[in-house]
Amino acid sequence: MENKKPKLKIFKNPLRRWGWLFLGPMAAAFIIGFVWPFIQGIYLSMCQFKTISNAKFIGLDNYVKALSDQSFRHSFVYTALFAIVSLVLINVLAFTVAYLLTQGIKGSNLFRTVFFMPNLIGGIVLGYIWSMIFDGILSHFGTSILMDSTFGFWGLIILMCWQQIGYMMIIYIAGLQAVPDDIIEAAKIDGATKTQTLFRVIIPNVMPSITICTFLSLTNGFKLFDQNLALTAGQPFVIQPDGSSIKTTEMLALNIFNTFYGSNSASSGQAQAKAVLFFILVAALGLIQLGITRKREVQQ
Amino acid sequence: MSQTKNKRLESLQAEKRRKTVLSVVLAVICIIYVLPVLSVVINSFKQNTFVKTDTFALPTGEMWAGFDNFIKGMIFGNYPFLNSVLYSLFITIVSTALILLFTSMAAWYIARVNSVVCKIFYFLCVFSMVVPFQMVMYPLSKTADSLHLNTPWTIPIVYLGFGAGLAIFMFVGFVKSIPIEIEEAASIDGCGPLRTYFKVVFPMLRPTMISVGILEIMWVWNDYLLPYLVLDINEYRTIPIHIQYLKGSYGTVDLGATMALILLSIIPVIVFYLICQKYIIKGVAAGAVKG
Repeated sequence: MENKKPKLKIFKNPLRRWGWLFLGPMAAAFIIGFVWPFIQGIYLSMCQFKTISNAKFIGLDNYVKALSDQSFRHSFVYTALFAIVSLVLINVLAFTVAYLLTQGIKGSNLFRTVFFMPNLIGGIVLGYIWSMIFDGILSHFGTSILMDSTFGFWGLIILMCWQQIGYMMIIYIAGLQAVPDDIIEAAKIDGATKTQTLFRVIIPNVMPSITICTFLSLTNGFKLFDQNLALTAGQPFVIQPDGSSIKTTEMLALNIFNTFYGSNSASSGQAQAKAVLFFILVAALGLIQLGITRKREVQQ
Repeated sequence: MSQTKNKRLESLQAEKRRKTVLSVVLAVICIIYVLPVLSVVINSFKQNTFVKTDTFALPTGEMWAGFDNFIKGMIFGNYPFLNSVLYSLFITIVSTALILLFTSMAAWYIARVNSVVCKIFYFLCVFSMVVPFQMVMYPLSKTADSLHLNTPWTIPIVYLGFGAGLAIFMFVGFVKSIPIEIEEAASIDGCGPLRTYFKVVFPMLRPTMISVGILEIMWVWNDYLLPYLVLDINEYRTIPIHIQYLKGSYGTVDLGATMALILLSIIPVIVFYLICQKYIIKGVAAGAVKG
């Protein structure tokens, strides 16, 4: 970067004068679309409000309420469980498929095309396709995906695997193709079996891809919204002794959405506090994950 | 001598057999993989009452509905489906065009001038990539309302703002890799910044443009929550909003007609994918490296 700084004033000075045109439109939209809402979001999380104009500062009350909210805690545990299970399944399956597709078998390109396809279909549409399929199967047993939270959980896992395996597969294929042939050849000459080559040579060499994929699938799992809304929308509901209800298959993002736009309009502040906590969680997870896998890359 | 030759031949044959078996296994998995899409096709031609009971049966005999579901779907939920398609198309194309033009200009400026303001904006853009939409959705929808950005004609500005992060990140990375001497030569030859950008830099950005463009198209076309919160959904519904509305707000849903609309909404996506497959896969791989 440093050595690429413009050396010529004839180039840099006129460009600076045009800053309003080059940086301006993007900067203005970015402030409207991100910076200002973000700042306002932090402020509103410490306010009681129904609309933004009548916001009243109340300190950390919203956070206390959010953290003691049963449904929020439930959705956190549920989301964490979902994210971990989907992370493991998606990555193991995607790596397996990628490994098989780089063995030079016939039809690899066609298979790759098919596996990637579900990725382009939007979450809402995907959710309804699968809810039709699951209900088609479960109706023969006199039940439905909305009746049992176990069905809802595994249904969403199957849906996410179907959608995400192709995506992660592409990243793994790129990683696998970058492993130099001569070190695999060398391992073969040294008498390593196929399994040994895979675990001792190939996997350490695709560690960067594994970093990216675990990071992506973990944050994708935590941020999941559309598919959750379309497949079960939190059903089945369980009524608590105190009259409130817990939506058993509701994930964090949907819980925040329901707190904002649900029946209780007085809980907007609490919803914004949940959103801030959600942001901290997602950002921290990403950073921790990155730190751990980066370290392992250096060691090997 | 001949024995070792035989052995080698044998192991080659074994390898070949193993690959054929693998091909067959993968082909079977592929067929299972497309079954969900096939079942949408089957059910879009089926009478509504049979969708739930005979989901996996072919629409034969009394189940066959012909194109009734498609005709019904056109005005399903008292909303013309064609409008949804047009809104979705317009928003996707204009948003992507705005993002490509303005973020690439800004990225060039950020990478080349590299002043304090540039560094702050670059940092904020990278930061915005780890912020989930739920964090800003409420204030963002209110801000968009008060600035009258709540119509399909103006919502691309919101997309430009919220989607700038990834695009800036990818463009800045690419601009840093092109030698500055080319641009300096252009300015010595008398090109002003605007001409240098459009005649020299813009053409060089093409590969990244395609990657960013693909990622933004996929995001905007499928996005549900942002337009749902920003637009007035009684008047303007994009395809995901319309489909969610049909399923979400009716007690009894006409599943046949819903499947017909779902089929109509994924056909363009699949056609687009088959045409631009090479670029899409490349773009996705490039976008993933953002971690």
